[in-house]
Amino acid sequence: MLVNKLRCRITSAVMSEPLQYLSVAGDPVREIPLSVEDLLLLYGNMAAGRAYDRKCTALQLQGRLATYAPFEGQEAAQIGSVFPLTADDWVVASYRDAAAMWATGYPWVNLILSRTGDERGGCPPDGVRVLPPSITVGGHMIHAVGLGWAEKIKGSKSVAMTFFGDGATSEGDFHEAMNFAGVYGTPTVFVCQNNEWAISMPRDRQTASDTIAQKAAAYGMPGIQVDGNDVVAVAIAAAEAVDRAREGQGPTLLELLTYRVGPHTTTDDPGRYRDEEASHQWRRRDPLSRLSAYLASIGEWDEKWAESVAADTGADVERAVAEAEALEPLTSEEIFTAMFAEPTSQLLEQQRMAVTDNG
Amino acid sequence: MAELNIAQAINGALGSALESDPTVIVLGEDVGATGGVFRVTDGLGERFGPDRVVDTPVAESGIIGAAFGMAIGGLKPVAEIQFMGFSYPAFDQIANHVSRIRNRSRHRFTAPMVIRIPYGAGIGAAEHHSESAEAIYAHTPGLKVVVPASPYDAKGLLLEAIADPDPVIFLEPIRLYRSIRQLVPDDPYTVPFGVAEIRRPGNDVTLIAYGAMVKETLEASEKLAAEGIGAEVLDLRSLVPLDADTIIESVEHTGRAVVIQEAPRTAGFATEIVSQIQERTLYSLAAPIQRVTGWDTVVPLRRAEHHFVPDAARIVAAARKTMES
Ligand SMILES: Cc1ncc(C[n+]2csc(CCOP(=O)(O)OP(=O)(O)O)c2C)c(N)n1
Repeated sequence: MLVNKLRCRITSAVMSEPLQYLSVAGDPVREIPLSVEDLLLLYGNMAAGRAYDRKCTALQLQGRLATYAPFEGQEAAQIGSVFPLTADDWVVASYRDAAAMWATGYPWVNLILSRTGDERGGCPPDGVRVLPPSITVGGHMIHAVGLGWAEKIKGSKSVAMTFFGDGATSEGDFHEAMNFAGVYGTPTVFVCQNNEWAISMPRDRQTASDTIAQKAAAYGMPGIQVDGNDVVAVAIAAAEAVDRAREGQGPTLLELLTYRVGPHTTTDDPGRYRDEEASHQWRRRDPLSRLSAYLASIGEWDEKWAESVAADTGADVERAVAEAEALEPLTSEEIFTAMFAEPTSQLLEQQRMAVTDNG
Repeated sequence: MAELNIAQAINGALGSALESDPTVIVLGEDVGATGGVFRVTDGLGERFGPDRVVDTPVAESGIIGAAFGMAIGGLKPVAEIQFMGFSYPAFDQIANHVSRIRNRSRHRFTAPMVIRIPYGAGIGAAEHHSESAEAIYAHTPGLKVVVPASPYDAKGLLLEAIADPDPVIFLEPIRLYRSIRQLVPDDPYTVPFGVAEIRRPGNDVTLIAYGAMVKETLEASEKLAAEGIGAEVLDLRSLVPLDADTIIESVEHTGRAVVIQEAPRTAGFATEIVSQIQERTLYSLAAPIQRVTGWDTVVPLRRAEHHFVPDAARIVAAARKTMES
């Protein structure tokens, strides 16, 4: 339904320029087909993502969280992509995609719990169709193919969206996922956040092809490059891809051009392998300021509101942290209880040994 | 001689191999520019350049498959996989190709290559970053499997692995990378495979360990000594080949054995050692052999990881149990 409003004809396989609606300065380069209400929703979700992300980095520095993979700069890519999804759709994301996961129903407390190193983070409330994030690179994309395929077989209109990085496209799994999706026409949306780095490896050492989007052609699906820091462009490209999937027209690959302005994780020092000048440049292309500049230009910007969104999320995240920290860690007994529906006799015996300290 | 930790000792071994043998090539994810996720290859990229220390795309199957081709083609690749959980995407290459080429070509083609894999838990890492899958590799015919537990052995075993004519899985205990320092010769030297080291002599019970568990086991032996129990500690150093003779001799001497592994219990490498003992020297045993192992669970995450990883207290308890009979 969204797409009727938003149609932007991105499905031609090759576009010379990445899809863009807002220039870096926030000027519209084409008519903006989203309502002010939608734009505020997008901004608010991006601001929430950023507040969470910064909070996590701070908490990690205090030693309260395990290693954390920040996504600053990628808020538009994540929030824009999930904009057209409904609660019946599936999200299969990676370790850096907390904003996308949260915006589709995965609670902060689950995200935080995982970051404290607690398996219960991976158990979102019933009905949330978001899988725990994939920590291995690349293995999860095909799961969104299987999920979409299952929906197709069941005759539902649900789609599956998967998030991965530029580095992940080097894994053989990427090829297999794209190939299956193409062959079976599964309702799968592949969202590659090309943030230019895979730990220390730049995108041009990852693949010799000009773009990641062009890889779609080899699997018989459309691939499109989008300005990944332009949340409007991302939302519209995603809406069209989701619409195609829903209407039985098969998979799409979106390549969202963005940048990981922070470190790979809190233990990484990007100064070892890249010139941080590029990060400074990219900070000027910040997705939040871009949208706020546009909103201001149409008289819809309210600084106080934006501050309150960030503050509210900060408070939500604080509460989630308190909740996660208040939860007693899994006991020696409990580490055995989620291996099978019914524990084997060996597990029960080992559980007894663990509880009595191998006695 | 310099006092080095395990990470530095491995770095030294790689440096001297790259220097002395132009066919040696180091490849893996982030091994060059950033010196690897554990900084084990730190500085090698600068010293030897991007053709000898190669940053690869994120593709473990590709790394091992390409290294395999290089090895057949006359190079000596030393591939790094970032964490043991990420060796699984390469398992097809390892088990179906690397390990078999000598046999299926009756020696015509061989794959002299080293696959370095940091393994094990104990640092509260993320999922898939704490695995101990040595039994899977030891169970794959055609692979040698080596696990150092000290800086001296790390350098000597790695140089031995690089010199070996067959593929070697070289397991690096993550937890020990920077926790033990030892004097290590500057010049290259090798430590032979298949020779266990008696880390501590004792008369009452044999404690058999490898990798990260050696440290816990030595700690346990101190505690046992304080109780008047003399534990003999064996550090296996290589699982394939296995120095069964030293194990048997020690068990015949003490009459008691505890086998320690961090990996899950069922079908772990400890089981193999127990079998060897019972096959060869059952009647010298004064008590049933005990195993101290991880559990048949996924390694718990940071908050509960300690329930999984065997510690000195568990080893002491198992040793005491053998002393009861
Ligand atoms: C199978 C596997 N191999 C290696 C790793 C280690 N690792 C974690 S993130 C990463 C880089 C991935 O880069 P990219 O796909 O571009 O995503 P980004 O981290 O930039 O979001 C690597 C190599 C892993 N987690 N899984």
